[in-house]
Amino acid sequence: MEEKQAVPILEMKNITKQFPGVLANENVDLELFHGEVLALLGENGAGKSTLMNILSGLVRPDSGDIILNGKKVDISSPKDAMHLGIGMVHQNFKLVSTMTVAENVILGLDNEKFILDMKEVRKKISGISDHYNLKVDPDSYIWQMSVGEQQRVEILKLIYRGAEILILDEPTAVLTPQESNELNGIVKKMTAEGKSAIFITHKMDEVMEFSDWVRVLQKGKLVSVTRTGDTNPKELANLMVGRDILFRVEKKKSNPGKVILELDKVFALNTKGVDALKKVTFSIRAGEILGIAGVAGNGQRELTEVITGLHKITSGKLVVEGKEMTNKAPLDLIRAGVSHIPSDRVAMGVVGDMSVASNLAMKEYRRAPLTKYGILHPKRIFNMAKGMIELFMIATPSPLTNVKFLSGGNIQKTILAREIGACRGLLIAAYPARGLDVGATESVRKDIIAERDNGKAVLLVSEDLDELISVSDKIAVMSEGKVMGIVDAETADIESLGLMMAGVSLEQSGEKEV
Amino acid sequence: MIVLLTSILAITLRAGTSLIYATIGEIYTERSGVLNLGLEGMMLVGAVSSFATVYYTGSLSLAVFVAMLTGVLLSSIHAFLSITMRANQVVSGLSITLFGTGFASFLGQRLGPESNGRYLIGLIGEKFTPIAIPGLSKIPLLGALFNQDLLTYIVYLIIPIAWFYMFKTKNGLNLRAVGENPQTADAMGIDVLKTRYLYTIIGGTLVAIGGAHLSLAYAPGWSENITGGRGWIVIALVIFSMWNPSRAIWGALLFGGINAVQFRLQASGTNIPASFLNMLPYLATIIALVVMTWLENFGKKVGAPAALATPYMRGEK
Repeated sequence: MEEKQAVPILEMKNITKQFPGVLANENVDLELFHGEVLALLGENGAGKSTLMNILSGLVRPDSGDIILNGKKVDISSPKDAMHLGIGMVHQNFKLVSTMTVAENVILGLDNEKFILDMKEVRKKISGISDHYNLKVDPDSYIWQMSVGEQQRVEILKLIYRGAEILILDEPTAVLTPQESNELNGIVKKMTAEGKSAIFITHKMDEVMEFSDWVRVLQKGKLVSVTRTGDTNPKELANLMVGRDILFRVEKKKSNPGKVILELDKVFALNTKGVDALKKVTFSIRAGEILGIAGVAGNGQRELTEVITGLHKITSGKLVVEGKEMTNKAPLDLIRAGVSHIPSDRVAMGVVGDMSVASNLAMKEYRRAPLTKYGILHPKRIFNMAKGMIELFMIATPSPLTNVKFLSGGNIQKTILAREIGACRGLLIAAYPARGLDVGATESVRKDIIAERDNGKAVLLVSEDLDELISVSDKIAVMSEGKVMGIVDAETADIESLGLMMAGVSLEQSGEKEV
Repeated sequence: MIVLLTSILAITLRAGTSLIYATIGEIYTERSGVLNLGLEGMMLVGAVSSFATVYYTGSLSLAVFVAMLTGVLLSSIHAFLSITMRANQVVSGLSITLFGTGFASFLGQRLGPESNGRYLIGLIGEKFTPIAIPGLSKIPLLGALFNQDLLTYIVYLIIPIAWFYMFKTKNGLNLRAVGENPQTADAMGIDVLKTRYLYTIIGGTLVAIGGAHLSLAYAPGWSENITGGRGWIVIALVIFSMWNPSRAIWGALLFGGINAVQFRLQASGTNIPASFLNMLPYLATIIALVVMTWLENFGKKVGAPAALATPYMRGEK
């Protein structure tokens, strides 16, 4: 046992990768041993996927070496990686949905016969499925399969291609608990036969259950390497999130008024037809900020869209300022005073090819004074825009500059200016500071707190626990579409929030309910 | 009656041949994810260049070869613009049609002393004439299938080969993946750009042969706008056949058949307006589109390649 670990089959040394504006990996090292599972733990944006994309040939590192079985290798394409026996199951599967399992498995393979012998392929697939208990029908079409089945196809595909090292990018994010167990069994069987696996995840319990080693990444840097047996979920949560809080925003004590937003046992489906919101119940009062914590993809998007009328509620009730607004059109909700800073600011927040002024007017243009008899009043729009640009300190050459030429921070300020300007009761802010620099982040946070002090109710969705703790009054933690608990932001600590994000309920996390 | 039907079928096939060439060509192009709206122009250039070659050299095989060459050239331009430069494929295709139409007229007007500048018919010696296959051509009705010109016989072979290649071979699988999901194809080690270039050019070559069939066999000679909008009909036929080469024949026969019936009806002095008959194929296409969309609502995937007309670029993140 000890001897086997002396020489890793795979090493990554000093990997550095710079994307425009982000240092995704900074001198990261990695070692993988024969027949073992390595968990790569970290928050979203910690650089886990980048590191694995480098290993699978999708991304070229700026510097650093990859050493496989003692030899330095150059991986410049997924094909190279495959030839070296490295295969990756991506988070969004690489499958052609209009083709069958068998067709997807052999796609792009050079050593298949020119005239495909599908009988032979099917036989080989059945052999692999039986051996690893990967239940799939080689003749079904991908589009007919559940996500769990599609993942099995991806794994099968890698084994068919002779992968010795499997990389799984958040494999359980889309699986039911039962499917996760099955996956665990499959991985165990493969490692028992001498294959190795790397597991990207941010769920503590999976790390404990699946892996032999853990490496924790934080903001592109490797912060910890331990044997799984020598650590515990609490310690890992600390390492993953990082202790130090970067910004403390000054704010007065909140002074909550009447209830503005109420969700009562709300259910909603995601695009795949699976429950994305499960019995979500909470309320926000005027003058109060409710933060929504959770790993992206746990229902936050559906939550904000349900409240803004963009997503259908399958059951439950949505009440805004005492009026039931369940499944009302977006315009009705806008009229009810709901403002929305969307998570995808470029796609949903602005029209890039229109001017800053037009974008600023996009919510108020229906009414006087910007419109008279249904005709826009350009001069008033221009003046209104000039005022807002000054007030919110949007750096733009002119109100008539197209929004797409502004920086991310200034695009966000433009959206914020418009939404705050039009907000009359409730402000929904999804990841408002994501991707912004320090200065812009601070001003966005200050603006949101100012809105609260103006007596608005604010729903703040964020992945940044520091931000949530310093900006919000209460924090609701979401995991797999459920609200795990709502805690007071002042007394909340990062560890237990992290545990709740990983699906541990409030009582077990040691927090006090508010 | 049998004689009449046999002759209608014979004309149908003759009229349908150029459509089948072009439809299969465009199906291959579109299956790789490239939309080529330059068909009309490419067919016209194929028609005029092959006729000109025969007119000056008397060689039919050289004529077909020259037509293929023009197809390669024009589709290479489209491939470069839409694959490498990632230009808007609709605009690129339309400009090729505009260019091809003008260029074909320009060449056609300079075809020699016998030409009046607009058309030149009946003066050449060489053309593809029907070759009756002994025995087979005597079968009632179906004999029409075996009394055709060489290019039509070749198309009989091309249809099954095109189908087999697309659905039963490794290369066909890769081709379909590239048009359906280039990101996945790329991750699986398929060269997306090379595949698109290859099938855009192969497709263009077939389209140009379709044009050549018009000026060398169907209506030997040259006249302005000899295609009569067939390039556009083919776009509809590709949809009608749901991007499956084996179905290309039904659409082509429908359109060709309407052509043939039209001739007969005009000869018999009917009062059904010609424009009504001309409209029918397009009506059939609209119905086919409605049915397809309807099927898709029930979760069946029968429609266009998902990445059709979408340029591909490997994103770093």
